[in-house]
Amino acid sequence: MADSAARQAPSRRSRNGTRLRAFAAELGEDVPGLIGFLVLVGIVAMAIFAPLLAPHDPAAQSVLARLAPPAWLPRGNPAHLLGTDALGRDVLSRIIWGARATLLVGVAVVLLSGTFGVIVGLVAGYVGGRTDSILMRLVDIQVSFPGILLILLIVSIVGPSLTTIVVVLALTNWMIYARIVRGTVMSVRAAPYVEAAEIVGCGPARIILRHILPNLVSPLLTVAILEFTNVVLAEAAISFLGLGVQPPATSWGLDVASGRDYVYVAWWLVTFPGLAIAITVLSINLFANWVRVTTDPREREKRFGWSKTARRLAGRS
Amino acid sequence: MTGEPLLSVADLRVVFPTRAGIVRAVNDVSLAVSPGETLGIVGESGSGKSVTAQAVLGLLPLPGRVVGGEILWRGKPFQAHGAGVRGKEIACIFQDPMQSLNPLMTIGAQLVETLRHHARLGRRAARDRAAELLAEVALSAPARRLDQYPHELSGGILQRVMLAMALACEPRLIIADEPTTALDVTIQAEILALLSRLQRERGLAILLITHDLGIVAGLCHRVAVMYAGRIVETGEVDALFARPAHPYTQGLLRATPTLEAQSERLVSIPGAPPALLVPPAGCPFRTRCPIAARPCETLPDPARTETGMVVCWRAGEAAWADIPR
Amino acid sequence: MAAFLLRRLIQGGLVVLGVTFTVFVVTRIFGNPVDLMLPLSASPEQRAAFASELGLDRPLPVQFVQFAGELLRFDFGESTWQRRPAMEVVLERLPNSLLLIGAGLGLAIVLSLPAGILAAQRPGGILDRIVTGLSLVGLSMPQFWVGLLLIVLFAVTIPLLPTSGMGSPAHLVLPAVTLALVPFARLTLLVRSQMMEELNKPYIRTALARGLPHRRVLVGHALRNALIPFLTLAGWELVLALAGYTVVVETVFAWPGMGLVAIQALQRGDLFLVQAIVYVVAVLIVLVNILLDLVFKLVDPRIGLG
Repeated sequence: MADSAARQAPSRRSRNGTRLRAFAAELGEDVPGLIGFLVLVGIVAMAIFAPLLAPHDPAAQSVLARLAPPAWLPRGNPAHLLGTDALGRDVLSRIIWGARATLLVGVAVVLLSGTFGVIVGLVAGYVGGRTDSILMRLVDIQVSFPGILLILLIVSIVGPSLTTIVVVLALTNWMIYARIVRGTVMSVRAAPYVEAAEIVGCGPARIILRHILPNLVSPLLTVAILEFTNVVLAEAAISFLGLGVQPPATSWGLDVASGRDYVYVAWWLVTFPGLAIAITVLSINLFANWVRVTTDPREREKRFGWSKTARRLAGRS
Repeated sequence: MTGEPLLSVADLRVVFPTRAGIVRAVNDVSLAVSPGETLGIVGESGSGKSVTAQAVLGLLPLPGRVVGGEILWRGKPFQAHGAGVRGKEIACIFQDPMQSLNPLMTIGAQLVETLRHHARLGRRAARDRAAELLAEVALSAPARRLDQYPHELSGGILQRVMLAMALACEPRLIIADEPTTALDVTIQAEILALLSRLQRERGLAILLITHDLGIVAGLCHRVAVMYAGRIVETGEVDALFARPAHPYTQGLLRATPTLEAQSERLVSIPGAPPALLVPPAGCPFRTRCPIAARPCETLPDPARTETGMVVCWRAGEAAWADIPR
Repeated sequence: MAAFLLRRLIQGGLVVLGVTFTVFVVTRIFGNPVDLMLPLSASPEQRAAFASELGLDRPLPVQFVQFAGELLRFDFGESTWQRRPAMEVVLERLPNSLLLIGAGLGLAIVLSLPAGILAAQRPGGILDRIVTGLSLVGLSMPQFWVGLLLIVLFAVTIPLLPTSGMGSPAHLVLPAVTLALVPFARLTLLVRSQMMEELNKPYIRTALARGLPHRRVLVGHALRNALIPFLTLAGWELVLALAGYTVVVETVFAWPGMGLVAIQALQRGDLFLVQAIVYVVAVLIVLVNILLDLVFKLVDPRIGLG
């Protein structure tokens, strides 16, 4: 008895460590997931260290250096690796600085809408009854709203700014969290082990902390990451339409929009900022895929088995 | 048993590669089913009995695969018979009738589909035949049932439908994989009675997979006991039940209620079956066997018994005699 | 059936009411319609006159009742930009948007089914990896960027297709392809995962055990069941497209649909026109949702009417 207790104590402390290591090992096995993760880390670093990394002031105009093509092309200027825009601003520096707006909006919106949605979902699922049906009807109704059009209307009336975008996107994106949390809470509460815990006298706080939240981690994490990509794409689209981030601030969507008029003479103006968005979203998607598969043991086993079988089948036919 | 067996399996081996390693689900399994005979395979869940049946049907779930042995149908491998054996000469019914039918199609549509594929019947004729089959499995109002969807029917009725569908192919062998496990006890008895009636009337061979020794006693002629992916003992039902040779069979019988022994307490076999990922060397049962000894660290060759064979160094010894019930 | 329709219509009415309320709050409380619609040079007298003409000087609750009442009477006001009834403009542009959505979604649906089914045949195989990878890439590209790249490609490099406006069927190709990309990617991934899921279910095993040919089991059984979630997502894509996701494509390709007109109206402060568009879209979404529910009841016998 004493022996087993002594053995348990340290193992419990080191469990987090080993789990982290196991996670890292699995990330190494999923090459696309690993690439996505590394690229994402790079983009975050780029946003944080923008002042150090950017070769030029992103707003510095230079009439002489207007519309310079990327450095590797004839007439390219080695000082401007990815060329310059119609005002002579350095495209690369603008992309580096633009990462800030993208990530900031993404993180802020996901945090805001996620918090709100989780609270609504917890209340609806836990209180149940009339509260639940009213809240969920509200969700149903808002899901049927003409999303983008309302967003554009609101932004154009309230006045476009970073804050407006964050608030408006948060107000239009919370429903999915509420639905997921409510669904999970309902099913977990109905599970025999939770009913047993309630009969034994566990309070709501303990039930939520010990039983419900752990079940929420995996679906919420996956959804939050995927929502992040939606938010990034939405911000880019709104900025592209001229209703998002306003000059002199930078945003990838905004840069694509301003390059649009020169699309026939300077392809690099739309290509590179757009590529930045695509790479960011793609790496998040790859990473999210990995998170989803890793946090769901069944999914993991399936995938492994399938790839084995596929290799065998491919060899046969 | 006399005569050429319908189905014979020799040294079958099935593995499931998983992330953690290769699970050896079925090891060197050999069995034979003759016309008109019922062979039972008993074992705990995870003993490989269902996987054996799935391998015979060629329906192993991913990522399982056969890595050794041979499966012969009337003396020839399946490939030599062409495409029509599985699903025509061999039909099967499964554990969960609720999940075994397409939820979007009526019972009739699924029966007709099967009939038209096998018997090349016209639409009208197939529908009539479908109603006949439902009547044959003792379903009331068969014509009305045809237009019902699976979710509108109970498990017992659906299992009868499954049987009707199995009969639609005019099979010689029915593989029944835990056909009554998901059903109520009274329904179980009805389904088993139906199965045994159909066997008598049609001279069917049945391969019955179950964990329930009671069902084996009531329905089977011969029985094979599986443990950890291996057959540990075979024999004719009466002989095997009267004089079980393998300690595991003895333990199973000791854990099964009988009418004669109703006053005595039932005792389970202590311990759990070994993980098939890292099977212990030697006899797989030795970790739970009360009379395991030094030689058990290697696997014995099968030894003949009265009516079958046993794989045990100490076959026939009373393993549980001095252990109080 | 009648009860179901009634319930859905009431819910749809709530959606429209919610939209009305939101638009009202946004335009009257957060913004000032007078500032929005009159030029900066307008005098205070002009402003006051305009405000009283629209009833904007009355208390807010009165204004809301008036506002909702006008909408109920299908009175959407006059477009200040085009100088004609706002609804007339909307109805003129709506078919163009529907044509674009139909072509784009149709393309996505037609292509995603075979792609997803093929990928599901050999999970983890080469084809699966290619399809999944391309889908993820498709999901990751901003629509406006794809559109602009296509314009660069087709206008500059291979001038085969028109890159802006509307007129011939050829004009439809690039906008439709751009619009199709994201739904195609999402639908393909869904078909793939649903087919894998269905193919591992017991009823597929029984169907195979009954001796039915592989192709028949694949199409007649697995695909049929996988179509239900597929329809759900396709319906959702339709709603999304209606909800304004064509705005970007229409802007990039100067496609004269509702999205383009909405952006132009916003830029010109044409509040009535924007409102009319928002309403028409909200009603369309409600109708499409009801229609989808009816379709589901037809396809899935497990869903009862009620």
